[in-house]
Amino acid sequence: MTPPLLSAPLLSAPLLSVRDLTVTFRAEGRTQAAVDRVGFDVAAGEVLGIVGESGSGKSVTALAVMGLLPANGRVASGEILFEGTDLLRLPARKMRDLRGRRIGMIFQEPMTSLNPVFTIGDQIVETIVHHERLGRRAARERAVDMLARVGIPSARRRLDDYPHQMSGGMRQRVMIAMALACSPRLLLADEPTTALDVTIQAQLLDLLNDLRREFGMAVVVITHNMGVIAEFADRVAVFYAGRVAEEAPVEPLFDRPAHPYTRGLLASTPRLDADAERLVTIPGAMPNIAAPPPGCRFAPRCGVKVEACEADRPPLVAVGDGHRAACIRAGEAAA
Amino acid sequence: MARYALKRLVQMIPLLLAVSLIAFALIKLVPGDPAVVMGGSNATPAEIEAIRRNLGLDRPLHVQLFSFYAALFQGDLGRSLLLGQPVTEALLERAPVTLWIAFYSLVLTIVLGMATGIVAALRHNTIVDQLVSVFALLGVSIPNFWLGLMMIVLFSVHLGWLPTSGYADPLADPVGFLRTATMPAVALAMLQTGLLTRIVRSTMLDVLGQDYIRTARAKGLPEARVVLRHALANVMIPVITMIGLILSVLLSGSIIVETIFSVPGIGSLLGNAILRRDYPMIQGGLLFVAATLMLLNLVVDLLYAAFDPRVRVDR
Ligand SMILES: Nc1ncnc2c1ncn2[C@@H]1O[C@H](COP(=O)(O)OP(=O)(O)O)[C@@H](O)[C@H]1O
Ligand SMILES: [Mg+2]
Repeated sequence: MTPPLLSAPLLSAPLLSVRDLTVTFRAEGRTQAAVDRVGFDVAAGEVLGIVGESGSGKSVTALAVMGLLPANGRVASGEILFEGTDLLRLPARKMRDLRGRRIGMIFQEPMTSLNPVFTIGDQIVETIVHHERLGRRAARERAVDMLARVGIPSARRRLDDYPHQMSGGMRQRVMIAMALACSPRLLLADEPTTALDVTIQAQLLDLLNDLRREFGMAVVVITHNMGVIAEFADRVAVFYAGRVAEEAPVEPLFDRPAHPYTRGLLASTPRLDADAERLVTIPGAMPNIAAPPPGCRFAPRCGVKVEACEADRPPLVAVGDGHRAACIRAGEAAA
Repeated sequence: MARYALKRLVQMIPLLLAVSLIAFALIKLVPGDPAVVMGGSNATPAEIEAIRRNLGLDRPLHVQLFSFYAALFQGDLGRSLLLGQPVTEALLERAPVTLWIAFYSLVLTIVLGMATGIVAALRHNTIVDQLVSVFALLGVSIPNFWLGLMMIVLFSVHLGWLPTSGYADPLADPVGFLRTATMPAVALAMLQTGLLTRIVRSTMLDVLGQDYIRTARAKGLPEARVVLRHALANVMIPVITMIGLILSVLLSGSIIVETIFSVPGIGSLLGNAILRRDYPMIQGGLLFVAATLMLLNLVVDLLYAAFDPRVRVDR
């Protein structure tokens, strides 16, 4: 599953390094942290999966990296290093220059993410022309090429189609073509297949996998689906209530999950080789981030919690090679 | 597109027939003897008889209806009692005046309404937004005749900058047109500008929250391009649907505003005709305005289709 090439870039500095990122929102006069001191690295060419329930802060983290947080949100602390530069200190113009050129992003909502009044060709060409010294004609050729590469049949003819003339799966392919048009080093894919039906999901994941090899780019794939992680990711960060609960390469994570939340997630994921009737769900719900519990945020739902769990935030501790978990009992569990 | 336009033109025929029937019935619905009403209190019996004969009111109803339509299909709307001139001729003479002022007013409405609406949306919940809201509220609540009179008092009487009345052809004398038409056009524009400001503001706020705007930003486009291209193209769609409404408000408002500024247009013509009970003129004016509005609305619908690719008109 893990390509052997991936150990080499891991030796050098990571392509993206998010450190102690805290994002707060002002809503109804109160300030709440949707992302609370989150950190992870992505090496060049690597696929990092971010997995977690809805509301755990995955999208907010990706938007913070893009510098596209909603107006009421802001980065309260932390660093986002991309190719060694802190994006949070970058002037707006420089950040804009990175977006769409060095860092691409695709979203969960293919039906609404394209502008309904412009042709898809127009929207792809616009990105290329904006970032590169390229004439419209050459940019159109590149757009045709990109559409063909993302598997859109008769690409040249579809260039003049409007979004409403395409299905959701096709629109998501257009989004991918647009995001990759300037060959970014990093692609942020926020639940790229969630809104699509299952067969299309699998096709798109295969496509993304092929393209990232072809372009040699790193991908952060956000999902709440462990199947997507198993299929696609090299490493995984498990998010829970705005924090990283566990971080590990894919195989150790599936084989030896160290955090009780990860174990719960895995147990609640239907697997082809498992008996569907033994599907378990984690009892309870994720805490409201406006009033999070003290200590470990998973403690209220945890089956193995001890008194100390509710006292302090558990630090991320190493439990294996590149494998860390934010659980004070992780050592026992992994042993 | 051409087929659709033709179809819409054909569809106008029954509508125009209905309007003309209403115009015809207008005279029949006047309480009492229409000839007496039209003649006014000073008319001698001979004059009243002349009016009656002139309008054919002495003939049976079906004959009247038949001759009304027979004349109508030849473009003959009768003769004005007041001017002694054929109604069609009087209308055609004055139509360009009203249409030029309406066009000027429409341009003012769109420029002002869009600019203030966009600025308010971009400065959402700030003092600028609130100032724009006050402006929009004033626009919709100040009556156009009052605003017209106030402008005359200020700019003509006190400051002496602009003439109180008159009209100049914009092609022959552009400066003269601007000097005479600006106050009427502004008076006419206020109401719709207020409405448009509100619609543009709320639509822009809605559009700026859409996923495709986030996509445009994620592509690295400058904010000016995101707003003025990606957002504005979508805001234009409801704006264009509103232009039809704006035009009808403009034309009905022109009756009062043209009268105040003594502009020799359709509005003042009809205003006078109504005050003096010049029924043939009222009938003709009604038909003329209805037909004009239908045509303008057709143009607006074609524009709408051009702006929104999801609308397919050629089917
Ligand atoms: N614009 C916003 N205003 C206030 N709170 C927000 C906003 N956007 C996201 N949040 C909060 O941030 C938390 C994380 O959201 P998100 O990152 O979208 O979750 P997910 O992991 O499902 O992508 C949620 O609790 C949500 O309520
Ligand atoms: Mg999300």
